[in-house]
Amino acid sequence: MTYIVKPKNHHPLLEKNDLGLTRRDYEGAVSTLCAGCGHDSISSAIVEACFQLSIESYKVAKLSGIGCSSKAPAYFLNQSHGFNSVHGRMPSIATGAAMANHELLYLGISGDGDSASIGIGQFIHCARRQLNMTYIVENNGTYGLTKGQFSATNDLESKSKYGDDNLFPSIDLPSMAIQLGASFVARSFSGDKDQLVPLLKAALSHKGFSFLDIISPCVTFNNHNSSTKSYDYIREHNDALSKPDFVPSGKEILTDYPRGSSVDVPLHDGSLLTLEKISENYDPADKIKAIQNIQESQRDGKVLTGLLYADPEAKDLKEILNVSDKPLNEMNLNDLCPGSEKLKDINSGLK
Amino acid sequence: MKIKSVNDFVIKFANVNGSGSASANQMFAKGVFRSGIPVSPKNIFPSNIQGLPTWFEVRVNEKGYLGRREGIDLFVAMNPQSYQKDVEELKAGGYLIYDSSWKRDFGREDINILEIPLTKLCVQEFTNPKQRLLFKNLGYVGLLASVLEMDKEIYISLIEEQFKGKEKLIEPNVKALNIGYNYAEENFKDYCEIKVNKSNKTDGLILTSGNDAAGLGCVYGGATVCAWYPITPSTSLAESYSKYSEKMRKEIGTEKNKFAFIQAEDELAAMGMTIGANWNGARAFTATSGPGVSLMSEFIGLAYFAEVPTVLFNVQRGGPSTGMPTRTQQSDILCSAYASHGDTKHILLIPSDPKECFDFAVEAFDLADRLQTPVIVLLDLDLGMNDWSTKEFEWDDNNQYDRGKVLSKDDLDSIEKFGRYLDVDGDGIPYRTYPGTHPEKGAYFTRGTSHDEYAGYTEDGVKNAEMLTRLVKKFQTASSIVPSPVFNQEKNTSSMGIIYFGSTDCSMQEALDVLDEQNLNIDAMRIRAFPFNLEVWEFIEDHDLLFIVEQNRDGQMRTLIMAEGGIIPDKLVSILCFDGQPITAEHIINKINAHISGKPALAAS
Repeated sequence: MTYIVKPKNHHPLLEKNDLGLTRRDYEGAVSTLCAGCGHDSISSAIVEACFQLSIESYKVAKLSGIGCSSKAPAYFLNQSHGFNSVHGRMPSIATGAAMANHELLYLGISGDGDSASIGIGQFIHCARRQLNMTYIVENNGTYGLTKGQFSATNDLESKSKYGDDNLFPSIDLPSMAIQLGASFVARSFSGDKDQLVPLLKAALSHKGFSFLDIISPCVTFNNHNSSTKSYDYIREHNDALSKPDFVPSGKEILTDYPRGSSVDVPLHDGSLLTLEKISENYDPADKIKAIQNIQESQRDGKVLTGLLYADPEAKDLKEILNVSDKPLNEMNLNDLCPGSEKLKDINSGLK
Repeated sequence: MKIKSVNDFVIKFANVNGSGSASANQMFAKGVFRSGIPVSPKNIFPSNIQGLPTWFEVRVNEKGYLGRREGIDLFVAMNPQSYQKDVEELKAGGYLIYDSSWKRDFGREDINILEIPLTKLCVQEFTNPKQRLLFKNLGYVGLLASVLEMDKEIYISLIEEQFKGKEKLIEPNVKALNIGYNYAEENFKDYCEIKVNKSNKTDGLILTSGNDAAGLGCVYGGATVCAWYPITPSTSLAESYSKYSEKMRKEIGTEKNKFAFIQAEDELAAMGMTIGANWNGARAFTATSGPGVSLMSEFIGLAYFAEVPTVLFNVQRGGPSTGMPTRTQQSDILCSAYASHGDTKHILLIPSDPKECFDFAVEAFDLADRLQTPVIVLLDLDLGMNDWSTKEFEWDDNNQYDRGKVLSKDDLDSIEKFGRYLDVDGDGIPYRTYPGTHPEKGAYFTRGTSHDEYAGYTEDGVKNAEMLTRLVKKFQTASSIVPSPVFNQEKNTSSMGIIYFGSTDCSMQEALDVLDEQNLNIDAMRIRAFPFNLEVWEFIEDHDLLFIVEQNRDGQMRTLIMAEGGIIPDKLVSILCFDGQPITAEHIINKINAHISGKPALAAS
C-alpha cells in the first residue's frame, strides 16, 4: 500500500460541478488493490456521488478499520482527513469524532471481517445509537489480506477457492442494521453503478445512521464458480427491489420512471430518493416488511438489493444527547470553564 | 479500662450492604469534619448489591493524619454475620456499640459495651417497614453524637441539607437521630472517654473524593466528550463529570449540552470514542480501572503511535485479573506506563489527594494536547472513592487552555508544505490539523501503520526507526514539562531516602514525623509523574539507599526506576503493601526500622 501520486493535470473541458470541481478533484491515490477488485468500483462510485452532490471534500472525514476495504479511503477524496484505525473499531472512532464536530460528513468504510466479526459489537452499538454517518461494508465474504479465510458473511453453501466447505451460516448485516434501529439501510453491488451511485448519494444526504452493504467480489480469493459472492453469481441472483434515482434538494424531479409505480423517500435535507418499484410488496418505510423481504429472498437463493428501509425522520445521536449546535471542538475556555466564583460555591458545598 | 482520647481515634462501622448504612456513616464523618477535625472515612465494601458484610472506617485526627491506622477504638457493630471478627479488631479498652434487641455475649472482658436496642426502638417509633430498618442507622449516629459529646445541631443541619426539596423526610430522620441521641443521654452519660471537641483544623479544607474532584477537574479543564464504561472504582469519576456538566455546561437559551456524555458498549469503544473526539479537536477523556486498561491497550498504542492526544483516568483496584474490585492497590504502574504492544511509553500523572486530582485532571488535557499522546492519570480506589479532608479547589481566572501545536487555516496558508509528523521545532512534537480546517491543505491520513513525516504509509524500516526515535525525543521533552516531584526537605541531608507516590502520601507524612521523632534522618520525595524528570534522578543519585513505598506485590515503581534509569537494584528497597487496604504509617516505620536494624523488609506483613 504505497502511495503512487497521480498527475494533477486534467483535460480543461472535463465536466464541472456546482463547486467548479471535476471528478478528478474527488479522487485519491492510485489503488494498490488487486486489478478488478470490487472495492475500486465502490471508490469510483463514491467519487461520482460526491462529485454529483458537490460535496466539499475537506468537510468529509473518511474512517476505516483494518483489511482490504479499510485501505480504500486512501483511493478517494484526497482533501479529506482520513483515519485508518484498528481492526473493527472504526465505529467508536467515528462516534467520538462526530461528537466533537457534528458539522462534518462522516464516511466509514469497513469490510465483512471488520464489521461482521471482530467489530460486530461496535457496529451494533453504532447503529443503535443512530450516529449520523454513512457506514459502508464492502462485503466480499472473505479475508483477503490474510489470503482467503471465510468471513462471517460468507454463505453456508459457498465453498472456498480451495474447495473447503463453509461450516457456518452467514450473518446478514442489513437485517441486523434494520432491527437495531439504523434509519437508512440499503444493499447494492459494486458492479451496478446505476444503482449504487444514487443509493450512495441518498445515504450521504440522510441524517442518521445510513448503512450500505455492498457486495464487492474478491477477484483473488472469492470469485470462483462455487462462491456466492462472485461477479457471476451476484449478476445472476441480484433481485433489485427498485431502480433508484436521487434528486438533490431544490432540483426539479426529472426521472423517466412511471410515477405510478414509484416510491419517493424525501430526506431530511430536502432531497428526494425516487425508487421505481420492481417488487410488488415494497414499502421502504415498513421495518418488519423490509426484514421479511430480505429473509424471503435469501430463502429463494436471491440477493435482494436496493433501498431496503428508510426512516427520514429518525433522530440522530447528537439530538438524542441534546448536544449543542455549536461544534464542541469550536468551544473555548469562555464557553467551557465555569470559573472561580462557581468553584467557591462548590467548595462551600463540600464542607 | 477505657481508651481516653480527644479528637484522635478510629471508629469502625460494620453493616449489611444495601441497608442504607453508607449514607448514615458518611453523615457521621461529615459531622466530625464540621466540628473542625479532619477525618478520613474509608468505605470497605463487597462487590455486591445487597446482603453481604460491609465496613466503614473513620479515622478522626486533629493533627491531620489521614492515613489508615490499625486498631479500632470504637466499633459500631450492626451486622451479626461479622460480630466475631469485628470484636477481635477492637483494641483493649475500646468501645463496642451493638443492637441489643438480641443480646449477645462477646466473650471479651477488656472492652466496654454500649447496648442499644435499636431494632426494638425503631419498631416502636415507626410503622413503615422500610423506615424501621433504615432508621436504625441514624439511630446510632445520634447515639455517637451524644457519647462523643458532639453538637447535635450539626447533624440536624446535615439532615436538613440532605433532604432539601423533600422536606417531608426531615422530621422522621431527625426523629431517628433523636432515638439514639436520647437513649444515650439517658443511659451512657459520661460513659465514653473518647471525645470530639470543636476545633478549627478544617479551615480551608473540604471533604470530597478523588473521583469527584477529577470529574470536576475535567469540566474546568475543558473536556467536552466523556466516553466511558462502568467499572468499579472509576464509575463515580465519569458520573461526577456528568453531574457537574449538567449543572454548569448548559447553553444559555437553548439548554443544550456543551458536552457529550456517552456510556460506551465496552472499554474498547470508550477509548475509541475518546481518541476520535480528541483527533477531531475536542478535549475528551475516559475513566476506567485495570481490566479496562487491558482492553484499551490496543487503542492506547494507536494514540501513541498516531500521536493523538488522549486522557485516561485509571482508578486502580486490586489485581490481577478481576482481582479485588472493591479494594485498593497501586498495581497498574507498569501496565499503564508501557500499555500496548511494541515500543510504547506513556505519560503518567499521579495525584495524592483530591485537590491534586482536580489540578492534574486540568493539567492532563494541556499535557495531552501539547504532547499529542495519551496521558494516564493514576488514582486508586482509596483516593478515588473515599472522601478525604483535602485543600479547597482553586482556579485562576487568568488560566488559558494550551491546545498545543494546531495549525489554523491561516497557518496552513503561510507554510510551504505541511508534514503531520515533521519535527519542525526540534522538540519531537509535530504539528497537527483538525479535519475541516482548510479546503486544500492540511489533510492527512491518521494511521497505526508505519508512516513517514507526511503521514504516508511506508514499509521503509529506516524511516520507521526515525519515527520511533523522534517519539523518544518527544518523551524527553515531556519529562521537562510534567509535574516535578515534591520533597519533604529543602536540602538533602541524609544518605537514605524514601520514594513514594499517590495516595500513600497521607501515611507517609505521619511516618516521616514519627521517624523524625525517633531521630532517624531520612530524606523523602514524592513522585508525581512519569517520565521522571531530572530532579527525580538527582534525588536517586544523591542517596546510597532508597526505600520505595508502594501498594503492589512486585515493586512496580522500583522496576520502572531501574528500567528507565539503569539504577542498581541493591540500592532500591521495596516497602510493600498489597492486601487491598491502604498502607499504614506504622507498617512503613516498621519496615524501615527492620531494614536498618538488619532485618530486610521484603513483603507486606
